[in-house]
Amino acid sequence: MKYIFFIFFAIVLLRSDSFSQVHQLPPVYEIRSDTSAVQVVDSSFWQLLEDTDGKWSFERLREENMRQAIMNERLARENELEKIELIEKQKKELEAQVAERTNDLRRSLEDLKSTQAQLIQSEKMASLGELTAGIAHEIQNPLNFVNNFSEVNKELLSEMKDEMDKGNIDDAKEIANDVIANEEKINHHGKRADAIVKGMLQHNRSNNGVKEPTDINSLADEYLRLAYHGLRAKDKSFNATLDTDYDETIGNINIVPQDIGRVILNLITNAFYAVDEKKKASLEKSSLQNLTSQYEPTILVSTKKIGNKVEIKVADNGNGIHQKVLDKIFQPFFTTKPSGQGTGLGLSLSYDIVKAHGGKLKVETIEGEGTEFIFLLPI
Amino acid sequence: MKFLIVDDEKDVELLFRQKFRKELKSGKITFEFAFSGNEALEYLRSRQPPEVMYIFSDINMPGMTGLELLDKVRNEFPQIQVSMISAYGDTENYDRAINSGAKGFFVKPIDFESLKEELDKIVGY
Repeated sequence: MKYIFFIFFAIVLLRSDSFSQVHQLPPVYEIRSDTSAVQVVDSSFWQLLEDTDGKWSFERLREENMRQAIMNERLARENELEKIELIEKQKKELEAQVAERTNDLRRSLEDLKSTQAQLIQSEKMASLGELTAGIAHEIQNPLNFVNNFSEVNKELLSEMKDEMDKGNIDDAKEIANDVIANEEKINHHGKRADAIVKGMLQHNRSNNGVKEPTDINSLADEYLRLAYHGLRAKDKSFNATLDTDYDETIGNINIVPQDIGRVILNLITNAFYAVDEKKKASLEKSSLQNLTSQYEPTILVSTKKIGNKVEIKVADNGNGIHQKVLDKIFQPFFTTKPSGQGTGLGLSLSYDIVKAHGGKLKVETIEGEGTEFIFLLPI
Repeated sequence: MKFLIVDDEKDVELLFRQKFRKELKSGKITFEFAFSGNEALEYLRSRQPPEVMYIFSDINMPGMTGLELLDKVRNEFPQIQVSMISAYGDTENYDRAINSGAKGFFVKPIDFESLKEELDKIVGY
C-alpha cells in the first residue's frame, strides 16, 4: 500500500513536472493552432505512460477514454463548424454572383428602357419632321391674314376719320362695324397660329400627357391639314382630295390631345402614302397604255357619335393591305415601306395610345380598293 | 369686269372684298370666289359665254391644285387669263406656272399694291 502510494505520488510529481517541458515534447496528435492545455496535457500523458513503463489503473483508463471521447466530439464539432463555414462561404459567393447578375440584368433592362424611349422619341421626331413644312404653311397662312386684316383696318380707320370729319356718322359706323369684324378675323387667325405652335410643342412632349376636354373634330381637321401641307411641301407631285365628315353633335371628349393627334396624324400619313403609291403605279400603267389616269386619290376623315362612344375613321382608296401582312401591321418595327423610310412604330404606338384611352383600333381593308382605320373612344 | 378668285382659305373672300372695296363700289370690277379647283371649273362651265375674264388662283389646294386648274382652264377657256398666287415662291412652281401659260405669279403674303396695279392694267386704267 505504501508502495502504491509512492508510485502515485511520483506520477503526480512527474506530471506537474511535465507541464514545464510540454513544448519540448514531440506531439502525439497533430497539434492544432488552437491547441488547448488539455490536449497538451494529453500528449505529455501518453509519453508519461511510456516513460513509466505503465502500470494501468482502471481509473486512468477511464479518464483516458473520456478524454478520447471529448476529443472525438471536439473534432467532430470542429469538422461540423468547418463544413458550416464552407457552406456559409459558398453561400456568400453565390449571393455575390446572383447580386452581380441581377445588377447586369437591371443594367440591360435600363438600357432597353432608354433605347425604347429613344425609339419612341425618334418616331415622334420623325413625324414632327413630316409636319414641319405643313406647320410652316399652316402658320404662314393665318399670319398673312393677321397682317392683311390689320392693314385693312388701318385704311378703314383713316377712312372712318374722314367720314366723321364730313359728319357722315352712318358711314363711319358702317366702317366701324367692318373694323370690328376684321378684328375678329385677326383674333381668329392669331389663335389658329397659336394652336398650331402649341400642338407642335405638345406633339414633341414625352408621354406625360393629361386628359383634357378636346374638340375631336378640330383636332382631326388640324392634323389633316398639317399632314397634307407637310407632304405637299416635300413632294409637289403629291395631291389628294380630302373629304371630311365630322359629327357636330360630339362636343368635347376627354382625351390626351397630343396623343390622339399623333394617332390621327399617323393614320392620315399612312393613308396619303397608300394613295400616292397607287397613283404612281396607275400613272406608270396609264403611260404604258397611253391613257390618262382615272384614279383620284381620296382620303376621308370622319367622326361619329355612337352611343357613349366616338368613332374616328380614316379611310383611303389606296391599294389596301395584303392579307399576308395584315396581322403584323400593329407589331413594333413592322413596316412595308422601303428601309429608312418608316420606323415601323407608327401603328404600334397608335395601337398603344388608343388602348391606353380605353379604346380599340381596328382595320378593314380590301386589296386594290382601299383601307379604313377605325378607332372607338369612350366619351 | 369679272374676276374669279380661287383659294381654299375662305377668309380670302372677305379680305379681297375689303382690299378692293373702292374698286368694287365703283363697279369697275366684280369678284367671284371659288374654294377649290373643281368649284372654279363648275362655275366657269355653268356660265356660257363665260363672264369671268381673269382668274387668280392659289396653287396649294387639296384635290385639284392651282397648276392643274391652270392647265384645264387654258384648255377649255383659252380666252381667260390666269395668274397664280402661291405661298411657295420657289422657281419650280414659278417655272411650271409660266410654262403652262400663267399670266402672272404672285407670292403670298400678297402685296396688294402690285395686285392692284395688275388689276388696273387689265381693266385698262
